[in-house]
Amino acid sequence: MSLLEVRGVTRSFYGVHALNGVDLDVEPGKITGLIGPNGAGKTTLFNCISGLVPADGGSIRFDGTDITRLRPDQVTRSGLVKTFQIARGFPRLTVLENLLLYAPDQPGEHVGAALLRSRAAVAREREIMAKAVEIAAMLNLSHVLANKASDLSGGQKKLLEIGRALMSEPKLILLDEPAAGVNPTLVREIGEKLREIVARGVTLLLIEHQMDMIARLCDHVIVLAEGRRLLEGSFEEVAGNHEVQQAYMGRRA
Amino acid sequence: MENYIIAMGVSAGIYALMALGMNIIWGMAGLINLGLVGFFAVGAYTSALLTVKFGLPIVVGVMAGGAAAALVGVIVSLVTVRMRGDYLAIVTLGFAETIRVFATNEIWLTNGSDGISGIPGPFRGALTPVEFNSLYLAIMVVVVAVAYVLVERLSYSPFGRVLRAIRDDEQVAAVAGKQVLLYKVQAFALGSVALGVAGALYGHYTSYIAPDIFVPLLTLYIKLALLAGGVGNSKGAVLGAFVVVFFLECTRFIVPLIPAITPVQGAALRELIVSVSLLVILRFRSGGLIPEARSHLVVPAALPAPTRS
Repeated sequence: MSLLEVRGVTRSFYGVHALNGVDLDVEPGKITGLIGPNGAGKTTLFNCISGLVPADGGSIRFDGTDITRLRPDQVTRSGLVKTFQIARGFPRLTVLENLLLYAPDQPGEHVGAALLRSRAAVAREREIMAKAVEIAAMLNLSHVLANKASDLSGGQKKLLEIGRALMSEPKLILLDEPAAGVNPTLVREIGEKLREIVARGVTLLLIEHQMDMIARLCDHVIVLAEGRRLLEGSFEEVAGNHEVQQAYMGRRA
Repeated sequence: MENYIIAMGVSAGIYALMALGMNIIWGMAGLINLGLVGFFAVGAYTSALLTVKFGLPIVVGVMAGGAAAALVGVIVSLVTVRMRGDYLAIVTLGFAETIRVFATNEIWLTNGSDGISGIPGPFRGALTPVEFNSLYLAIMVVVVAVAYVLVERLSYSPFGRVLRAIRDDEQVAAVAGKQVLLYKVQAFALGSVALGVAGALYGHYTSYIAPDIFVPLLTLYIKLALLAGGVGNSKGAVLGAFVVVFFLECTRFIVPLIPAITPVQGAALRELIVSVSLLVILRFRSGGLIPEARSHLVVPAALPAPTRS
Protein backbone atom coordinates (compact mmCIF):
# COMPACT_ATOMS: atom_id res chain seq x y z
CA MET A 1 0.00 0.00 0.00
CA SER A 2 1.31 3.44 -0.75
CA LEU A 3 2.17 5.81 2.06
CA LEU A 4 0.76 8.86 0.31
CA GLU A 5 -2.13 8.77 -2.13
CA VAL A 6 -3.05 11.92 -4.00
CA ARG A 7 -6.22 11.68 -6.08
CA GLY A 8 -7.59 14.31 -8.45
CA VAL A 9 -6.26 17.28 -6.50
CA THR A 10 -7.17 20.63 -8.05
CA ARG A 11 -6.28 24.15 -7.07
CA SER A 12 -6.72 27.46 -8.87
CA PHE A 13 -5.42 30.90 -8.06
CA TYR A 14 -7.72 33.63 -9.40
CA GLY A 15 -8.76 31.52 -12.37
CA VAL A 16 -5.31 30.15 -13.13
CA HIS A 17 -5.37 26.37 -12.78
CA ALA A 18 -2.20 25.48 -10.90
CA LEU A 19 -3.29 21.90 -10.32
CA ASN A 20 -5.67 20.15 -12.74
CA GLY A 21 -6.40 16.90 -10.96
CA VAL A 22 -3.10 15.46 -9.82
CA ASP A 23 -2.87 11.74 -9.03
CA LEU A 24 0.22 10.29 -7.48
CA ASP A 25 1.42 7.65 -5.08
CA VAL A 26 4.48 7.56 -2.88
CA GLU A 27 5.74 4.14 -1.86
CA PRO A 28 7.18 3.77 1.65
CA GLY A 29 10.90 3.41 2.24
CA LYS A 30 11.92 4.97 -1.07
CA ILE A 31 13.05 8.26 -2.53
CA THR A 32 10.54 9.50 -5.07
CA GLY A 33 11.47 12.41 -7.29
CA LEU A 34 8.94 14.99 -8.45
CA ILE A 35 10.15 16.86 -11.50
CA GLY A 36 8.65 19.13 -14.08
CA PRO A 37 9.21 22.50 -15.74
CA ASN A 38 8.76 25.76 -13.86
CA GLY A 39 5.11 26.45 -13.24
CA ALA A 40 4.14 22.78 -13.43
CA GLY A 41 2.56 23.03 -9.97
CA LYS A 42 5.12 21.14 -7.92
CA THR A 43 5.35 23.58 -5.04
CA THR A 44 1.59 24.18 -5.08
CA LEU A 45 1.08 20.44 -4.78
CA PHE A 46 3.43 20.35 -1.77
CA ASN A 47 1.53 23.23 -0.20
CA CYS A 48 -1.79 21.43 -0.74
CA ILE A 49 -0.49 18.19 0.76
CA SER A 50 0.99 19.95 3.79
CA GLY A 51 -2.19 21.96 4.42
CA LEU A 52 -0.70 25.41 3.80
CA VAL A 53 -2.90 25.95 0.74
CA PRO A 54 -6.21 24.07 0.89
CA ALA A 55 -6.97 21.98 -2.20
CA ASP A 56 -10.11 23.00 -4.12
CA GLY A 57 -10.97 19.40 -4.86
CA GLY A 58 -9.68 15.85 -4.75
CA SER A 59 -8.40 13.83 -1.84
CA ILE A 60 -5.11 13.23 -0.08
CA ARG A 61 -4.59 10.15 2.07
CA PHE A 62 -1.51 9.67 4.20
CA ASP A 63 -0.72 6.45 6.03
CA GLY A 64 -4.31 5.29 5.75
CA THR A 65 -6.05 8.49 6.91
CA ASP A 66 -7.60 11.33 4.99
CA ILE A 67 -5.57 14.52 5.51
CA THR A 68 -7.18 16.61 2.77
CA ARG A 69 -8.75 19.19 5.08
CA LEU A 70 -6.26 19.20 7.94
CA ARG A 71 -4.39 22.31 9.10
CA PRO A 72 -0.60 22.35 8.53
CA ASP A 73 0.13 21.67 12.20
CA GLN A 74 -2.16 18.62 12.16
CA VAL A 75 -0.54 17.30 8.98
CA THR A 76 2.90 17.64 10.55
CA ARG A 77 1.78 15.92 13.74
CA SER A 78 0.42 13.04 11.64
CA GLY A 79 3.99 12.38 10.46
CA LEU A 80 4.22 14.28 7.17
CA VAL A 81 6.43 17.36 7.15
CA LYS A 82 7.54 19.66 4.33
CA THR A 83 10.62 21.78 3.93
CA PHE A 84 10.68 25.17 2.25
CA GLN A 85 12.24 25.93 -1.10
CA ILE A 86 13.94 29.19 -0.15
CA ALA A 87 15.37 28.23 3.22
CA ARG A 88 12.86 29.95 5.47
CA GLY A 89 12.61 29.58 9.16
CA PHE A 90 13.26 31.47 12.32
CA PRO A 91 16.20 33.84 11.79
CA ARG A 92 16.10 35.19 15.36
CA LEU A 93 16.12 31.75 16.99
CA THR A 94 19.36 29.84 17.37
CA VAL A 95 20.02 26.74 15.31
CA LEU A 96 19.37 24.62 18.41
CA GLU A 97 16.07 26.39 19.06
CA ASN A 98 15.09 25.94 15.42
CA LEU A 99 15.57 22.20 15.86
CA LEU A 100 13.90 21.95 19.28
CA LEU A 101 10.83 23.76 18.01
CA TYR A 102 9.98 20.98 15.58
CA ALA A 103 10.01 18.27 18.24
CA PRO A 104 6.52 16.91 18.94
CA ASP A 105 4.87 16.28 22.32
CA GLN A 106 6.62 18.93 24.40
CA PRO A 107 4.25 19.51 27.35
CA GLY A 108 6.12 22.75 28.10
CA GLU A 109 4.38 24.30 25.11
CA HIS A 110 1.26 24.58 27.28
CA VAL A 111 1.03 27.73 29.36
CA GLY A 112 0.41 25.93 32.64
CA ALA A 113 3.38 23.61 32.32
CA ALA A 114 5.52 26.53 31.13
CA LEU A 115 4.64 28.70 34.15
CA LEU A 116 5.12 25.85 36.61
CA ARG A 117 8.19 24.53 34.79
CA SER A 118 6.72 21.06 35.12
CA ARG A 119 8.97 18.07 35.56
CA ALA A 120 7.55 16.43 32.43
CA ALA A 121 8.42 19.53 30.37
CA VAL A 122 12.00 19.64 31.65
CA ALA A 123 12.47 15.90 31.09
CA ARG A 124 11.11 16.13 27.55
CA GLU A 125 13.34 19.15 26.89
CA ARG A 126 16.42 17.09 27.84
CA GLU A 127 15.27 14.29 25.56
CA ILE A 128 14.70 16.49 22.53
CA MET A 129 17.92 18.38 23.23
CA ALA A 130 19.87 15.12 22.97
CA LYS A 131 18.06 14.34 19.74
CA ALA A 132 18.76 17.80 18.31
CA VAL A 133 22.45 17.48 19.14
CA GLU A 134 22.54 14.09 17.39
CA ILE A 135 20.77 15.36 14.28
CA ALA A 136 23.04 18.41 14.18
CA ALA A 137 26.07 16.12 14.32
CA MET A 138 24.74 14.07 11.42
CA LEU A 139 24.25 17.24 9.35
CA ASN A 140 27.61 18.82 10.31
CA LEU A 141 25.87 21.62 12.17
CA SER A 142 27.28 20.91 15.65
CA HIS A 143 29.64 23.88 15.62
CA VAL A 144 26.88 26.36 14.81
CA LEU A 145 24.19 25.13 17.25
CA ALA A 146 24.45 28.33 19.30
CA ASN A 147 24.40 30.63 16.26
CA LYS A 148 21.35 32.53 15.16
CA ALA A 149 19.83 30.85 12.12
CA SER A 150 20.28 34.11 10.21
CA ASP A 151 24.08 33.78 10.59
CA LEU A 152 24.24 30.52 8.64
CA SER A 153 25.53 30.17 5.09
CA GLY A 154 23.10 29.22 2.33
CA GLY A 155 24.17 25.59 2.42
CA GLN A 156 23.93 25.37 6.21
CA LYS A 157 20.40 26.79 6.02
CA LYS A 158 19.48 23.99 3.62
CA LEU A 159 20.90 21.42 6.05
CA LEU A 160 19.04 23.04 8.95
CA GLU A 161 15.84 22.81 6.92
CA ILE A 162 16.36 19.04 6.67
CA GLY A 163 17.33 18.80 10.34
CA ARG A 164 14.17 20.60 11.45
CA ALA A 165 12.04 18.24 9.40
CA LEU A 166 13.78 15.25 11.00
CA MET A 167 13.09 16.59 14.50
CA SER A 168 9.35 16.20 13.91
CA GLU A 169 9.81 12.41 13.83
CA PRO A 170 8.26 12.10 10.37
CA LYS A 171 7.34 9.10 8.27
CA LEU A 172 7.43 11.17 5.09
CA ILE A 173 9.35 14.34 4.29
CA LEU A 174 8.43 16.52 1.32
CA LEU A 175 11.67 18.21 0.29
CA ASP A 176 11.28 21.29 -1.88
CA GLU A 177 14.55 21.69 -3.81
CA PRO A 178 16.95 20.66 -1.04
CA ALA A 179 19.95 21.34 -3.28
CA ALA A 180 18.95 24.58 -5.02
CA GLY A 181 21.63 27.26 -5.00
CA VAL A 182 24.15 25.03 -3.26
CA ASN A 183 27.71 24.30 -4.44
CA PRO A 184 28.35 20.92 -6.15
CA THR A 185 30.30 19.44 -3.23
CA LEU A 186 27.48 20.20 -0.84
CA VAL A 187 24.89 18.88 -3.33
CA ARG A 188 26.72 15.55 -3.16
CA GLU A 189 26.87 15.73 0.62
CA ILE A 190 23.16 16.53 0.91
CA GLY A 191 22.45 13.57 -1.37
CA GLU A 192 24.40 11.27 0.97
CA LYS A 193 22.52 12.63 3.99
CA LEU A 194 19.22 11.94 2.27
CA ARG A 195 20.24 8.33 1.68
CA GLU A 196 21.15 8.04 5.33
CA ILE A 197 17.75 9.40 6.30
CA VAL A 198 15.96 6.86 4.11
CA ALA A 199 18.09 4.12 5.68
CA ARG A 200 16.59 5.16 9.03
CA GLY A 201 13.14 4.34 7.68
CA VAL A 202 11.94 7.76 6.54
CA THR A 203 10.33 8.10 3.11
CA LEU A 204 11.20 11.06 0.90
CA LEU A 205 9.40 12.88 -1.87
CA LEU A 206 11.61 15.49 -3.41
CA ILE A 207 11.26 18.29 -5.89
CA GLU A 208 14.55 18.98 -7.62
CA HIS A 209 15.79 20.60 -10.79
CA GLN A 210 19.29 19.12 -10.68
CA MET A 211 18.81 16.04 -12.84
CA ASP A 212 22.05 14.39 -11.78
CA MET A 213 20.80 14.40 -8.20
CA ILE A 214 17.45 12.92 -9.27
CA ALA A 215 19.29 10.28 -11.33
CA ARG A 216 21.57 9.38 -8.44
CA LEU A 217 19.02 9.29 -5.65
CA CYS A 218 15.52 8.53 -6.85
CA ASP A 219 14.06 5.07 -7.04
CA HIS A 220 11.05 6.42 -8.86
CA VAL A 221 10.39 9.65 -10.72
CA ILE A 222 7.07 11.41 -11.32
CA VAL A 223 6.82 14.14 -13.94
CA LEU A 224 4.35 16.96 -13.44
CA ALA A 225 3.43 19.34 -16.27
CA GLU A 226 0.68 21.95 -16.50
CA GLY A 227 -0.85 20.84 -13.23
CA ARG A 228 -1.14 17.16 -14.15
CA ARG A 229 0.92 14.03 -13.81
CA LEU A 230 2.47 13.51 -17.21
CA LEU A 231 4.34 10.29 -16.64
CA GLU A 232 6.18 8.20 -14.07
CA GLY A 233 8.84 5.53 -14.01
CA SER A 234 12.54 5.09 -13.44
CA PHE A 235 14.76 8.08 -14.22
CA GLU A 236 15.98 6.46 -17.46
CA GLU A 237 12.44 5.82 -18.67
CA VAL A 238 11.36 9.33 -17.86
CA ALA A 239 14.43 11.06 -19.26
CA GLY A 240 14.15 9.18 -22.55
CA ASN A 241 10.51 10.08 -23.01
CA HIS A 242 9.68 12.40 -25.89
CA GLU A 243 6.73 14.08 -24.13
CA VAL A 244 8.85 14.90 -21.11
CA GLN A 245 11.51 16.46 -23.33
CA GLN A 246 8.82 18.53 -25.03
CA ALA A 247 7.39 19.65 -21.69
CA TYR A 248 10.81 20.91 -20.63
CA MET A 249 12.15 22.21 -23.94
CA GLY A 250 8.99 23.17 -25.79
CA ARG A 251 7.66 21.82 -29.07
CA ARG A 252 9.38 22.17 -32.44
CA ALA A 253 7.40 24.56 -34.56
CA MET B 1 9.17 65.75 48.06
CA GLU B 2 9.68 62.16 49.22
CA ASN B 3 5.94 61.63 48.83
CA TYR B 4 6.24 62.79 45.24
CA ILE B 5 9.12 60.40 44.59
CA ILE B 6 7.17 57.51 46.13
CA ALA B 7 4.17 58.39 43.96
CA MET B 8 6.42 58.35 40.90
CA GLY B 9 7.65 54.93 41.99
CA VAL B 10 4.06 53.68 42.00
CA SER B 11 3.54 55.16 38.51
CA ALA B 12 6.69 53.49 37.28
CA GLY B 13 5.45 50.20 38.77
CA ILE B 14 2.18 50.47 36.85
CA TYR B 15 4.08 51.30 33.66
CA ALA B 16 6.41 48.35 34.32
CA LEU B 17 3.48 45.96 34.72
CA MET B 18 2.02 47.18 31.43
CA ALA B 19 5.39 46.90 29.71
CA LEU B 20 5.67 43.29 30.91
CA GLY B 21 2.24 42.54 29.43
CA MET B 22 3.24 44.24 26.21
CA ASN B 23 6.41 42.16 26.23
CA ILE B 24 4.37 38.97 25.89
CA ILE B 25 2.08 40.27 23.14
CA TRP B 26 4.55 42.31 21.12
CA GLY B 27 7.99 41.35 22.43
CA MET B 28 7.57 37.58 22.28
CA ALA B 29 4.71 36.89 19.86
CA GLY B 30 5.37 39.93 17.65
CA LEU B 31 1.70 40.95 17.62
CA ILE B 32 1.26 44.68 17.28
CA ASN B 33 -1.20 45.99 19.83
CA LEU B 34 -1.79 49.73 19.86
CA GLY B 35 -4.82 49.25 22.07
CA LEU B 36 -3.01 48.63 25.35
CA VAL B 37 -4.84 51.42 27.05
CA GLY B 38 -8.17 49.77 26.19
CA PHE B 39 -7.27 46.67 28.20
CA PHE B 40 -5.92 48.90 30.95
CA ALA B 41 -9.29 50.71 31.01
CA VAL B 42 -11.26 47.45 31.08
CA GLY B 43 -9.28 46.34 34.13
CA ALA B 44 -9.65 49.72 35.83
CA TYR B 45 -13.42 49.98 35.27
CA THR B 46 -14.10 46.36 36.19
CA SER B 47 -12.32 46.62 39.51
CA ALA B 48 -13.67 50.10 40.28
CA LEU B 49 -17.29 49.09 39.60
CA LEU B 50 -17.04 45.85 41.56
CA THR B 51 -15.52 47.53 44.62
CA VAL B 52 -17.55 50.78 44.55
CA LYS B 53 -20.99 49.51 43.45
CA PHE B 54 -20.90 46.01 44.91
CA GLY B 55 -18.52 46.58 47.80
CA LEU B 56 -16.34 43.63 46.90
CA PRO B 57 -12.84 43.44 48.40
CA ILE B 58 -10.06 45.18 46.46
CA VAL B 59 -8.19 41.90 45.86
CA VAL B 60 -11.27 40.40 44.21
CA GLY B 61 -11.70 43.54 42.11
CA VAL B 62 -8.11 43.47 40.90
CA MET B 63 -8.31 39.79 39.98
CA ALA B 64 -11.61 40.35 38.18
CA GLY B 65 -10.00 43.29 36.36
CA GLY B 66 -7.24 41.01 35.09
CA ALA B 67 -9.75 38.33 34.11
CA ALA B 68 -12.04 40.80 32.30
CA ALA B 69 -9.09 42.20 30.35
CA ALA B 70 -8.01 38.65 29.43
CA LEU B 71 -11.51 37.87 28.17
CA VAL B 72 -11.52 41.03 26.07
CA GLY B 73 -8.04 40.08 24.87
CA VAL B 74 -9.35 36.71 23.66
CA ILE B 75 -12.20 38.42 21.80
CA VAL B 76 -9.96 41.07 20.21
CA SER B 77 -7.40 38.47 19.13
CA LEU B 78 -10.09 36.26 17.58
CA VAL B 79 -11.56 39.22 15.70
CA THR B 80 -8.16 40.30 14.40
CA VAL B 81 -6.77 36.84 13.76
CA ARG B 82 -6.40 37.32 10.00
CA MET B 83 -4.73 40.70 10.33
CA ARG B 84 -1.10 41.50 10.58
CA GLY B 85 1.17 44.49 10.82
CA ASP B 86 -0.42 47.86 10.07
CA TYR B 87 -3.96 46.47 9.95
CA LEU B 88 -3.67 44.94 13.38
CA ALA B 89 -2.23 48.24 14.63
CA ILE B 90 -5.19 50.26 13.31
CA VAL B 91 -7.84 47.86 14.59
CA THR B 92 -6.36 47.63 18.08
CA LEU B 93 -6.01 51.41 18.18
CA GLY B 94 -9.68 51.64 17.22
CA PHE B 95 -10.58 49.11 19.89
CA ALA B 96 -9.03 51.23 22.64
CA GLU B 97 -10.86 54.32 21.37
CA THR B 98 -14.11 52.32 21.32
CA ILE B 99 -13.65 51.44 24.98
CA ARG B 100 -13.07 55.10 25.78
CA VAL B 101 -16.14 56.26 23.84
CA PHE B 102 -18.18 53.52 25.50
CA ALA B 103 -17.01 54.65 28.93
CA THR B 104 -17.94 58.25 28.08
CA ASN B 105 -21.44 57.47 26.83
CA GLU B 106 -22.75 54.53 28.84
CA ILE B 107 -23.42 56.75 31.81
CA TRP B 108 -25.66 54.20 33.58
CA LEU B 109 -22.65 51.94 34.00
CA THR B 110 -19.56 54.12 33.99
CA ASN B 111 -20.90 57.49 35.13
CA GLY B 112 -19.75 58.93 31.80
CA SER B 113 -17.17 61.66 31.61
CA ASP B 114 -17.61 62.46 35.31
CA GLY B 115 -15.79 59.21 35.97
CA ILE B 116 -15.91 57.04 39.06
CA SER B 117 -14.61 58.55 42.25
CA GLY B 118 -14.15 57.18 45.73
CA ILE B 119 -12.54 53.97 44.56
CA PRO B 120 -11.25 52.30 47.72
CA GLY B 121 -7.52 51.92 48.36
CA PRO B 122 -6.02 49.53 50.88
CA PHE B 123 -6.21 51.14 54.37
CA ARG B 124 -6.54 54.58 52.79
CA GLY B 125 -8.62 55.94 55.69
CA ALA B 126 -6.27 54.70 58.39
CA LEU B 127 -3.01 55.94 56.93
CA THR B 128 -1.38 59.30 56.26
CA PRO B 129 -0.80 60.06 52.55
CA VAL B 130 2.90 59.25 52.85
CA GLU B 131 2.15 55.95 54.60
CA PHE B 132 -0.49 55.07 52.02
CA ASN B 133 1.85 55.80 49.13
CA SER B 134 4.60 53.76 50.76
CA LEU B 135 2.28 50.82 51.29
CA TYR B 136 1.11 51.06 47.71
CA LEU B 137 4.67 51.20 46.46
CA ALA B 138 5.41 48.02 48.42
CA ILE B 139 2.37 46.36 46.84
CA MET B 140 3.52 47.46 43.37
CA VAL B 141 7.01 46.10 43.98
CA VAL B 142 5.57 42.70 44.92
CA VAL B 143 3.14 42.64 41.98
CA VAL B 144 5.81 43.67 39.45
CA ALA B 145 8.24 41.12 40.92
CA VAL B 146 5.69 38.32 40.61
CA ALA B 147 4.79 39.39 37.06
CA TYR B 148 8.47 39.59 36.17
CA VAL B 149 9.14 36.05 37.40
CA LEU B 150 6.12 34.68 35.52
CA VAL B 151 7.03 36.44 32.26
CA GLU B 152 10.61 35.19 32.58
CA ARG B 153 9.29 31.66 33.10
CA LEU B 154 7.26 31.96 29.91
CA SER B 155 10.18 33.44 28.05
CA TYR B 156 12.54 30.60 28.99
CA SER B 157 10.05 27.83 28.21
CA PRO B 158 9.04 25.83 25.16
CA PHE B 159 5.89 28.01 25.12
CA GLY B 160 7.99 31.15 24.74
CA ARG B 161 9.97 29.45 21.99
CA VAL B 162 6.76 28.84 20.03
CA LEU B 163 5.75 32.51 20.43
CA ARG B 164 9.13 33.70 19.16
CA ALA B 165 8.86 31.27 16.24
CA ILE B 166 5.46 32.74 15.33
CA ARG B 167 7.00 36.21 15.52
CA ASP B 168 9.60 35.17 12.92
CA ASP B 169 7.41 33.16 10.50
CA GLU B 170 3.85 32.10 11.19
CA GLN B 171 3.65 29.71 8.27
CA VAL B 172 6.79 27.83 9.16
CA ALA B 173 5.63 27.67 12.78
CA ALA B 174 2.43 25.98 11.57
CA VAL B 175 4.46 23.48 9.55
CA ALA B 176 6.52 22.90 12.71
CA GLY B 177 3.31 21.48 14.18
CA LYS B 178 2.14 24.46 16.24
CA GLN B 179 -1.47 25.61 16.23
CA VAL B 180 -0.64 29.24 15.56
CA LEU B 181 -4.10 30.69 16.31
CA LEU B 182 -4.18 29.12 19.76
CA TYR B 183 -0.81 30.61 20.66
CA LYS B 184 -1.71 34.06 19.41
CA VAL B 185 -4.90 34.05 21.48
CA GLN B 186 -3.01 32.86 24.54
CA ALA B 187 -0.34 35.52 24.11
CA PHE B 188 -2.99 38.22 23.82
CA ALA B 189 -4.87 36.90 26.85
CA LEU B 190 -1.79 36.57 29.07
CA GLY B 191 -0.51 40.02 28.16
CA SER B 192 -3.98 41.45 28.76
CA VAL B 193 -4.06 40.04 32.29
CA ALA B 194 -1.03 42.19 33.15
CA LEU B 195 -2.62 45.22 31.46
CA GLY B 196 -5.94 44.70 33.25
CA VAL B 197 -4.31 44.25 36.66
CA ALA B 198 -2.25 47.39 36.02
CA GLY B 199 -5.45 49.32 35.25
CA ALA B 200 -7.20 48.02 38.36
CA LEU B 201 -4.22 48.92 40.56
CA TYR B 202 -4.13 52.38 39.00
CA GLY B 203 -7.77 52.99 39.96
CA HIS B 204 -7.32 51.84 43.53
CA TYR B 205 -4.27 54.03 43.85
CA THR B 206 -5.64 57.31 42.54
CA SER B 207 -9.22 56.59 43.77
CA TYR B 208 -10.59 58.16 40.59
CA ILE B 209 -10.89 57.06 36.99
CA ALA B 210 -12.51 58.80 34.01
CA PRO B 211 -12.48 58.18 30.25
CA ASP B 212 -10.03 61.00 29.52
CA ILE B 213 -7.29 59.14 31.44
CA PHE B 214 -7.33 56.32 28.90
CA VAL B 215 -5.91 58.15 25.91
CA PRO B 216 -3.71 56.59 23.19
CA LEU B 217 -0.69 58.53 24.48
CA LEU B 218 -0.43 56.08 27.38
CA THR B 219 -0.14 53.19 24.91
CA LEU B 220 2.68 55.04 23.19
CA TYR B 221 4.51 55.64 26.46
CA ILE B 222 4.44 51.91 27.19
CA LYS B 223 5.58 51.05 23.70
CA LEU B 224 8.34 53.59 24.16
CA ALA B 225 9.28 52.04 27.50
CA LEU B 226 9.63 48.63 25.91
CA LEU B 227 11.57 49.98 22.92
CA ALA B 228 13.97 51.89 25.15
CA GLY B 229 14.34 49.04 27.62
CA GLY B 230 14.61 46.21 25.12
CA VAL B 231 11.86 44.46 23.18
CA GLY B 232 11.64 40.81 24.20
CA ASN B 233 13.48 41.28 27.47
CA SER B 234 11.64 41.39 30.81
CA LYS B 235 14.42 43.24 32.59
CA GLY B 236 14.40 45.72 29.75
CA ALA B 237 10.64 46.18 30.06
CA VAL B 238 10.90 47.08 33.75
CA LEU B 239 13.95 49.29 33.26
CA GLY B 240 12.35 51.00 30.27
CA ALA B 241 9.25 51.82 32.30
CA PHE B 242 11.39 53.50 34.96
CA VAL B 243 13.39 55.38 32.33
CA VAL B 244 10.23 56.72 30.68
CA VAL B 245 8.66 57.84 33.97
CA PHE B 246 11.98 59.36 35.01
CA PHE B 247 12.24 61.38 31.80
CA LEU B 248 8.60 62.44 31.86
CA GLU B 249 8.96 63.67 35.43
CA CYS B 250 12.46 65.12 35.26
CA THR B 251 11.52 67.33 32.37
CA ARG B 252 8.76 68.78 34.55
CA PHE B 253 11.48 70.38 36.68
CA ILE B 254 14.05 71.12 34.02
CA VAL B 255 11.83 72.86 31.49
CA PRO B 256 10.73 75.75 33.76
CA LEU B 257 14.40 76.58 34.32
CA ILE B 258 14.84 77.39 30.64
CA PRO B 259 14.37 81.14 30.28
CA ALA B 260 11.99 82.87 27.87
CA ILE B 261 9.60 80.07 26.95
CA THR B 262 5.89 79.98 27.61
CA PRO B 263 4.32 77.10 29.56
CA VAL B 264 2.75 75.78 26.33
CA GLN B 265 6.14 75.71 24.64
CA GLY B 266 7.49 74.08 27.76
CA ALA B 267 4.95 71.24 27.56
CA ALA B 268 5.87 70.66 23.93
CA LEU B 269 9.54 70.75 24.85
CA ARG B 270 8.99 67.96 27.38
CA GLU B 271 7.60 65.68 24.68
CA LEU B 272 10.50 66.67 22.47
CA ILE B 273 13.07 65.76 25.13
CA VAL B 274 11.42 62.36 25.61
CA SER B 275 11.42 61.61 21.86
CA VAL B 276 14.98 62.80 21.36
CA SER B 277 16.13 60.58 24.24
CA LEU B 278 14.45 57.58 22.63
CA LEU B 279 16.09 58.34 19.29
CA VAL B 280 19.48 58.61 20.96
CA ILE B 281 18.98 55.29 22.77
CA LEU B 282 17.86 53.51 19.61
CA ARG B 283 20.65 55.08 17.54
CA PHE B 284 23.34 53.65 19.78
CA ARG B 285 21.55 50.59 21.13
CA SER B 286 19.06 49.39 18.55
CA GLY B 287 18.03 46.48 20.75
CA GLY B 288 17.25 48.79 23.68
CA LEU B 289 19.16 49.29 26.93
CA ILE B 290 19.02 45.55 27.70
CA PRO B 291 18.58 43.72 24.38
CA GLU B 292 16.81 40.40 24.04
CA ALA B 293 18.92 37.39 25.01
CA ARG B 294 20.63 35.60 22.10
CA SER B 295 19.17 32.29 23.11
CA HIS B 296 16.54 31.10 25.59
CA LEU B 297 17.63 27.67 26.72
CA VAL B 298 15.07 25.87 28.84
CA VAL B 299 17.61 23.49 30.34
CA PRO B 300 21.33 24.24 30.40
CA ALA B 301 23.37 22.83 27.54
CA ALA B 302 27.08 22.72 26.84
CA LEU B 303 27.28 24.15 23.35
CA PRO B 304 30.25 25.42 21.41
CA ALA B 305 30.42 29.21 21.41
CA PRO B 306 28.70 30.75 18.40
CA THR B 307 31.12 31.02 15.52
CA ARG B 308 31.53 34.07 13.37
CA SER B 309 30.75 33.14 9.81
